[in-house]
Amino acid sequence: MRWTLLVGLLCFAAGAGAGEVGQIKAAKGAVFLERQGQRLPATVGMPVQESDSLITGADGSAGVTFSDNSLLSVGPGSVLAIERYAFDSTTHSGHFEASLKKGTLAVVSGKMVKHSPDAMRVRTPSAIMGVRGTEFVVKVIEPGS
Amino acid sequence: MFALVFGALVILGAIYAQPAAREEIVVVLPSPDGHTGTVIVQRGGERYVLNQPFAASRLTGEQSATAQLSDAEVRQSFGVALEALPVPPTTFLLYFVTGTDELTDESKEELKQILAELKHRPVPDIMVVGHTDTVGELEANDLLSAQRAERMKGFLVEIGIPGRQIQTAGRGEREPLVPTADNIDEPRNRRVEINVR
Repeated sequence: MRWTLLVGLLCFAAGAGAGEVGQIKAAKGAVFLERQGQRLPATVGMPVQESDSLITGADGSAGVTFSDNSLLSVGPGSVLAIERYAFDSTTHSGHFEASLKKGTLAVVSGKMVKHSPDAMRVRTPSAIMGVRGTEFVVKVIEPGS
Repeated sequence: MFALVFGALVILGAIYAQPAAREEIVVVLPSPDGHTGTVIVQRGGERYVLNQPFAASRLTGEQSATAQLSDAEVRQSFGVALEALPVPPTTFLLYFVTGTDELTDESKEELKQILAELKHRPVPDIMVVGHTDTVGELEANDLLSAQRAERMKGFLVEIGIPGRQIQTAGRGEREPLVPTADNIDEPRNRRVEINVR
């Protein structure tokens, strides 16, 4: 009995963790999603999950629409980690943390930032950006990369 | 042997052509409606507030500075990324002839434009929500609102949007756009919302 409950809870937790948080709407050239150590070729329509990394080759670019209507896109030679994401479509509360390791990123913030201005953070190797309802772009060039 | 030395030189050249230090830049853009939001950049102990169009914070090696870029400079550096930004999600409203799932003449025209626009969206995720006015019984209105949503889904499937990408719901008279007393013939409440992501 106790085991059934535990297994049930674990399944629920795994289900929630594996949820779709966004969808790839544009993909050109070499584009990959890195998920649990596996590198999957990314195509238009593919779901994006929390903890995925979006990776583009020298000729690649990709755009993602998230469930709170945030839009993110990356240019060539980029590595973008979707570190944390949660959004409640009823209350519009949530959190969004992404990290640009290298390359270029464009961001249009969505509903969760409108609801609470501290909900979204974007990191680079040197900085943390807080977002107050806006469009912005970020570029990171690593030495020798 | 010569080829080998030449190859080594090319590789060395490629390595030294790369920047010796890390470079980063953050630029705030005006949105299409002309409004510019705010980005707060926290870098070590420094804090920069960017809230003017094309205001930037730049890091070169250990050197941090603010800068003002031009639209052209942003296009140059970020053109490919900006090009890949998805079309923003949007909502369309269409209205019905009283008591039916027939669109008004005006909404029929608008539907043509909406369908044309939807063709430009790759893999649209669509939620169609039907509503009624307060004329009639609650149960009958629940049914009618669901029919209205289903009818619209039919049009979307007809232009080639896969049915599995379209969800429908009927909210009956429970969510009026214009709150009214019961049994009020209010055209603005006889509607569907087509939410496209």
